[in-house]
Amino acid sequence: MVLLNAILRRTALGVATLFVVSVLIFIGTSILPGDVANIILGQMATPESLAALRAKLGLDEPAHVRYFIWLSDLLTGDLGFSKAGAGAGTIGTPISDMLMPRLVNTLRLATAVAVVAVPFAVTVGLLAAMYPGTKLDRAVTFTTLGLISVPEFLVATMLVLIVAVQLGWLPATAYISGQETGMKLVRALAMPALTLIIVASSQIMRMTRATVLNVMSSPYIEMAILKGVPRRRIILRHALLNAIGPIANVIALNLAYLVSGVVIVETVFAYPGLAKLMIDAVQTRDLPLVQACAMIFCATYVLLIFIADMVSILSNPRLRHPK
Amino acid sequence: MAEKIDTTDTEVRFEELPDAPPRRRLRLSWSGKLGVCVVAFWMAIVFVGPSISPYHEADILDEALFIVPGSDNPYPETDYQPPSGIAWLGTDYLGRDILSRTLYGARTTIGISLASTLLAYLVGVTLGIAAAVGGTVMDSTLSRFNDAILAIPSIMLALVMIAAIGSTIPILIVLTGLIYAATVFRIARSLGLDVKVSDFVEAARVRGEGLWWIITREILPNVAMPMATDFGLRFVYVILFISSLSFLGLGVQPPQSDWGSMVRENLSGLPYGAVAPLVPALAIATLTIAINLIVDDVSAHAGGRLAKRMI
Repeated sequence: MVLLNAILRRTALGVATLFVVSVLIFIGTSILPGDVANIILGQMATPESLAALRAKLGLDEPAHVRYFIWLSDLLTGDLGFSKAGAGAGTIGTPISDMLMPRLVNTLRLATAVAVVAVPFAVTVGLLAAMYPGTKLDRAVTFTTLGLISVPEFLVATMLVLIVAVQLGWLPATAYISGQETGMKLVRALAMPALTLIIVASSQIMRMTRATVLNVMSSPYIEMAILKGVPRRRIILRHALLNAIGPIANVIALNLAYLVSGVVIVETVFAYPGLAKLMIDAVQTRDLPLVQACAMIFCATYVLLIFIADMVSILSNPRLRHPK
Repeated sequence: MAEKIDTTDTEVRFEELPDAPPRRRLRLSWSGKLGVCVVAFWMAIVFVGPSISPYHEADILDEALFIVPGSDNPYPETDYQPPSGIAWLGTDYLGRDILSRTLYGARTTIGISLASTLLAYLVGVTLGIAAAVGGTVMDSTLSRFNDAILAIPSIMLALVMIAAIGSTIPILIVLTGLIYAATVFRIARSLGLDVKVSDFVEAARVRGEGLWWIITREILPNVAMPMATDFGLRFVYVILFISSLSFLGLGVQPPQSDWGSMVRENLSGLPYGAVAPLVPALAIATLTIAINLIVDDVSAHAGGRLAKRMI
């Protein structure tokens, strides 16, 4: 019952956050210069045709009415039309048709990275925390410190330089048409995935190590040390269980980043993912497309944080009773 | 003899307040000292960089300067020159001096990042503490709004805003400052909540101290140390963020030099072994690594000791 309450509370919070996000996105895209009618008509715009199209698209309504129309469309799964391919007689391509292949690409890359990076990083971070001050720990701390301190585009460029240009093992760009299978797909994904694995696992490693060490300095661990519990048991039974919540949070943040924050990697490798689609949409002032992408990113973030919260609550019964 | 020692011992004990632990002095390890030196070096460059740099940041070096050794002929082109006596670190894709551009770029990159981080702290800490000590309504309103900003990927948010209002340095500072204020808010709020329920704050409240006194004298000093380490980390993120924006062509606009855009401009020279993109990249890396080294030392100082000694 307590658990159910906690879940309901968190769900309500998530929905409230998404609502605020949708308002922010709507306001944010409204201040972009030029509205959809302007963009569709482009050069051919006359004041009369603009006014006619605005009336047809419902753009002459006040902002809050348009917001609720947009929101109800969104909730019923109607993402609207992009201006791409707009011409005589049509208002453009349905956004869901443009989003789907990109979403698949993004999820493919994110999954590939997560499957490798999360277990690897958590294990190494834990090992470093188990043996602080040893050579392994120093190597891990120093390498990850270096890797999180350099900009992502540098990691990507150096990888291209070494793996693609010098060694010639992999292609420098990751063009995906959607038809690839098997080895071809792996080769296309390899470079961006490698970059993201390096970036994401350094973050997760550092945070895992820091969290476990942080738990290690709490009084009950000192108690366990003083009464002579063996080190392995302290880490695995006492420290790790209490560190699960924070570690889940770090993983969730990194996964959200893999979906939405990979602009740089997608740009360097010309990988056709969602983030690149949104950048292009911003540059071409394709407002409905920008709004749809932004909503997907934010929903992913809210969902992942929600899952991480659930994991924390399950792993730490104290969180089930809000103070 | 023994009596005497006992009295001194007791006197010393009574001089200190019973609940005030002795202040430990922050002692930096060698890596922390190295970090301080590197950060101090770049800070000095921020102030003196333009006056000690051999050329102006936008100067395209004259072809006549580059003479092929052993003859009087100039090189056919001046771009991507290797390091030489004329341009100590070589030239970039237009034939501008890399050293001068890096020295000028320190001011732009560090200046913008520092200003943004300070702004983020000003806004984030003010609102965070307000949410912690203010009522439930204020807290939940601010927190929902904050969660929403956190949910929007920061680089996307910046992208949309820059597309809407353009990219000048003041806009860049305000935008980055506000985006990062959201993360600062979270930390300031949770630290503030922790401290608020502690005994000494309750004691102050019972004593009848005002809200302002409690915030400035009780809460802020107690969150200062964790906030200081966070400031360092945040500063690093802001530097990387600004550089990434510049790398995407949305940050600092040419001909003004900035480390992120310098890497981007000169990427085409990388396959031919030009040092041009590596110098600014190295500048970013040394600065951010140095700050992280200091932060590591400070947070180790603030953290618990026993576990580290025992295990």
